[in-house]
Amino acid sequence: MSLFLIVALPFLGALLPGLMNQAGRAACAGITFTVTLSAFIGLWTNAPAVFSGEVVTVGVDWLPILGLNFNLMLDGLGFFFALLILGIGLLIITYARFYLSREDNMGEFFTYLLLFQGAMVGIVLSDNILLLLIFWELTSLSSFLLIGYWKHLPEGRQGARMALTVTGMGGLAMIGGMLILGQIVGSYDLSVILQNRELIQESPYYLPALILILLGCFTKSAQFPFHFWLPHAMAAPTPVSAYLHSATMVKAGIFLMARMWPVLSGTPEWFVLVTTAGVITMVLGAVIGLFKHDLKALLAFSTVSHLGLITMLLGTGTAFGALAATFHILNHATFKAALFMSAGIVDHEAHTRDIRRLGGLRHLMPITFVIATIAALSMAGLPPLNGFLSKEMMLEEAYHTELFGSHWLLPVLVLVGSTFSAAYSFRLIAHTFLGPKRDDYPAKPHDPGAGMWMPPAILTVLVVVIGVAPFLVQDFVFLVAKAVMGEAAVLETKYIKIWHGLVPALYMSIVATVGGVVVLLLFKPLLRLWDAAPRPEAKVIFEALVESIVRLAQACVRSLHDGSFSRYAAFASVTIVVVGYYAWMTGTVGAPTRAVQPVHFVVIAGWLMLVAATVGLVFLHRNRLLALILMGIAGLVVSVGFVHFSAPDLAMTQFTVEGVTIVLLLLALNFLPNQTPMESSVLRRVRDTAIAIAGGVAAFGLSYHYLLRDTVLPSISAFHVENSYKGGGGTNMVNVILVDFRGFDTYGEIIVLGIAALLIYALTEALVGGPVRARLLNRLPDKPLAGDMHPMMMVILTRVMMPVVMLVGFFIFLRGHNDPGGGFIAGLVVSIGVVMQYMASGFTWTTARLRYPYHGIIGAGVLIAGLTGIGSWFVSKPFLTSDFTYVRIPPFNEFELATAALFDLGVFLAVVGAVMLTLESLSRLARRQEMPDAEHPMDIDPSREDPLAEKAGGSA
Amino acid sequence: MELLVASAIGVLTAAGLYLVFRLRTFPVIIGISLLTYAVNIFLFASGRLVVGGAPILQKGVEGVFYSDPLPQALVLTAIVISFGMTAVVVMIALGAYLGGDDDTVNDPAEPAEEGEAR
Repeated sequence: MSLFLIVALPFLGALLPGLMNQAGRAACAGITFTVTLSAFIGLWTNAPAVFSGEVVTVGVDWLPILGLNFNLMLDGLGFFFALLILGIGLLIITYARFYLSREDNMGEFFTYLLLFQGAMVGIVLSDNILLLLIFWELTSLSSFLLIGYWKHLPEGRQGARMALTVTGMGGLAMIGGMLILGQIVGSYDLSVILQNRELIQESPYYLPALILILLGCFTKSAQFPFHFWLPHAMAAPTPVSAYLHSATMVKAGIFLMARMWPVLSGTPEWFVLVTTAGVITMVLGAVIGLFKHDLKALLAFSTVSHLGLITMLLGTGTAFGALAATFHILNHATFKAALFMSAGIVDHEAHTRDIRRLGGLRHLMPITFVIATIAALSMAGLPPLNGFLSKEMMLEEAYHTELFGSHWLLPVLVLVGSTFSAAYSFRLIAHTFLGPKRDDYPAKPHDPGAGMWMPPAILTVLVVVIGVAPFLVQDFVFLVAKAVMGEAAVLETKYIKIWHGLVPALYMSIVATVGGVVVLLLFKPLLRLWDAAPRPEAKVIFEALVESIVRLAQACVRSLHDGSFSRYAAFASVTIVVVGYYAWMTGTVGAPTRAVQPVHFVVIAGWLMLVAATVGLVFLHRNRLLALILMGIAGLVVSVGFVHFSAPDLAMTQFTVEGVTIVLLLLALNFLPNQTPMESSVLRRVRDTAIAIAGGVAAFGLSYHYLLRDTVLPSISAFHVENSYKGGGGTNMVNVILVDFRGFDTYGEIIVLGIAALLIYALTEALVGGPVRARLLNRLPDKPLAGDMHPMMMVILTRVMMPVVMLVGFFIFLRGHNDPGGGFIAGLVVSIGVVMQYMASGFTWTTARLRYPYHGIIGAGVLIAGLTGIGSWFVSKPFLTSDFTYVRIPPFNEFELATAALFDLGVFLAVVGAVMLTLESLSRLARRQEMPDAEHPMDIDPSREDPLAEKAGGSA
Repeated sequence: MELLVASAIGVLTAAGLYLVFRLRTFPVIIGISLLTYAVNIFLFASGRLVVGGAPILQKGVEGVFYSDPLPQALVLTAIVISFGMTAVVVMIALGAYLGGDDDTVNDPAEPAEEGEAR
């Protein structure tokens, strides 16, 4: 099976559990199992090639410019980890099927689990470190979801957050490290990087890269001082703990160290950093683990300890160390996953994982007892179990390793670690299963169904088989170890032996075992000592740290972001002016290249009107209605200005928009106070004036200077002038740019417009449906209203004008491609026609005659425009490619048919819908209690014998 | 001519800025509209001022002096979008005023715990 498919299967399969959720728990688990099994079998189809020493690779270019290629490779190491991930995954899925209760959403659980599985497989098969990083982050995210799966438990949420924070930060550091590494080598492909040991280790950037990558590995694999998140992640359901926190995710850091081993290891820096962190973690984890009363916490710290052991072995940088590490990864995965599942069984059946409340379970749960005992003895390192073999190799390696110039330091430390490791393993057996039967268990414990004990039992069988007959896996382990080492080291050992003879490692092993028993016998006094000793609580420190960072961020934000809009506006203006001034002063300005154009006196008149209206606006803005009128004058002068400067399309747009804007603001003014009070101090006004004048002068200076100079580089406008007719089929260049050259832009714009209108609609709904409703309905108008609100003249006139307006709109729309006009302008014109009906005949009357809702019109517009764009796909052209032709239907003139016109229709509809939805929403606020909705367009209608309506109109 | 257009941009900008610094929603909205005019003219003017140029292609005629269509197309959509933006701001201002009986743009000096979003 293609490697692509192996990686893709869990991701694709992640969709299925959610879908199968309704079909029952068995179906849900079954489909997950099938997906994983398919990937598992797919992996095995590649086994012959891998076992014969080949490296299976596949790849496609993804973003070659960035060096990010979707390259996968499968060698011994990748195969080994993928085997662990998928194989243990199968057992975990079976176990979880029976572990999760009926209240748990199984579909959600298995979806997360498959996402995680896919991400893990992705990591171990990646041949590109950037791709690896993506999968790496995916494991952080999916494990966050899995740890926090029981959302109702605060511990679960906190644990998930902590895990995400720590591994996420590590991931960030690792991105940095990987980028440096890629820069050193000049390629992000692992297979290339692994060939460049000398280049990397001689680079001055080797140390930063190493530290950053190790940060990622250490956080992921819970190495000191980042070990604290792992025990807190134990709030997850036990299948998650067994899967993520013993067999797979925490091994991702180990995997990466192993993967990078050929190029990063062997230097003094690597040795000191990795070995020291590993051995400290090993001892610390073992000591803390012994004193934990929660079964899962004990196992969590033991995992920390064993991960430290493996890290330490990788750190030594010798071939034998790599071999021992590889072997221990395999052994640890088997016995630890079995132990976690056993702990889950105990928790599931006895309803507690507190060792102090357990004991004597061997009588009640004999099967679980056997499984857990074998696994725990293997963890303690007793023969003839697999844990013994790798532990012997570890002791052997440590015995020959010199740390900080001392020949004794490392052996003594690992001996202490091993002693405590044996002690907590013994404690797990003795305090949980041995001892007298108790009668105060929270629930009556008994062995679970085969579905739950079978998965750990299978692992336990492996524990024994590997322990008794290591030659069965010997070739495989050597293959993996060789894949780890690459060309960097040569393995001299030929066999994995149970009996090495009377070597120091054997004596150390005996000392550790006996020591473990002694420690356990002294457990009670030791525990008192431990409880009395002061020790830092990682969670408290972590939370204090997070808290202080949050406070720092708040202090920074609050002092700047104090909720004063005026302040932000002033800051922004001053900054822009200052930066602009700096650019101005440091740059050079060429001599004017354009002649000043002569001025017609009409232009001066227009300019005077604009300036008078604007200045008047500033002084008279407290009278809001007057301000609106002055603003309208300014807008109209701008429109006329566009005509003068040969831009008829703009003039038409500005003119129509001006109309709807004034209607909009008038509607708003209906609710807002009519006067703006005089509030700001003189000082403040002086300050504002100064900033405003500075901004105005800056804008003036900039425009004046560029108006007198030609563009430095030729503008792209010439292209549009040249191709408008040839390529777009229209002579109105502006319209062709809108619907053709930059059609995608326009498409985005009509969507934005539609969203704005929907937002306004939603806000109105919230207001009308909320507490404001009563206030709006009982609102008294603050100025006298006209007695005849819908006068006959206006009603008749608008009715007569309506078809004319529609015709004009239609005309403007149709001619838009070749003459000034187009969808935008036509839409605005038609909107004004409809708005007139509202204003003349009233809201109710007009609404009752609407056939299509405005939302629908917006949607239709966006859809038509979008489908027009998609249409070009069917002729194998990119999105929004337009085409046109000329047809002649007698007796009409020849006219043009362009797909762009269809697109423009979409624009037209979206504009009409958006403008109307906006204005309609605002008018909806204006309805009042005392004004009954009139069914008639006119308040006073002599042809109607209806005194009531007359009265209602007259009394308002 | 250039001086007139540039000074118009300057006057509109200055007036717009001054109104944006006011304390109530309505003048701020008017101020933003003035700034919109200023920015639109500014963008339009980047095509340089053309009086009496042809905005429409003249078929079969050589050497016609055309006005720059590109800034026009950009400004055309900008005008329409700015209407949408003005409408949204107006609606937010209305909502704040109707809901909180307050049309100032700044939060009160004391940080209120459940201050109205405005």
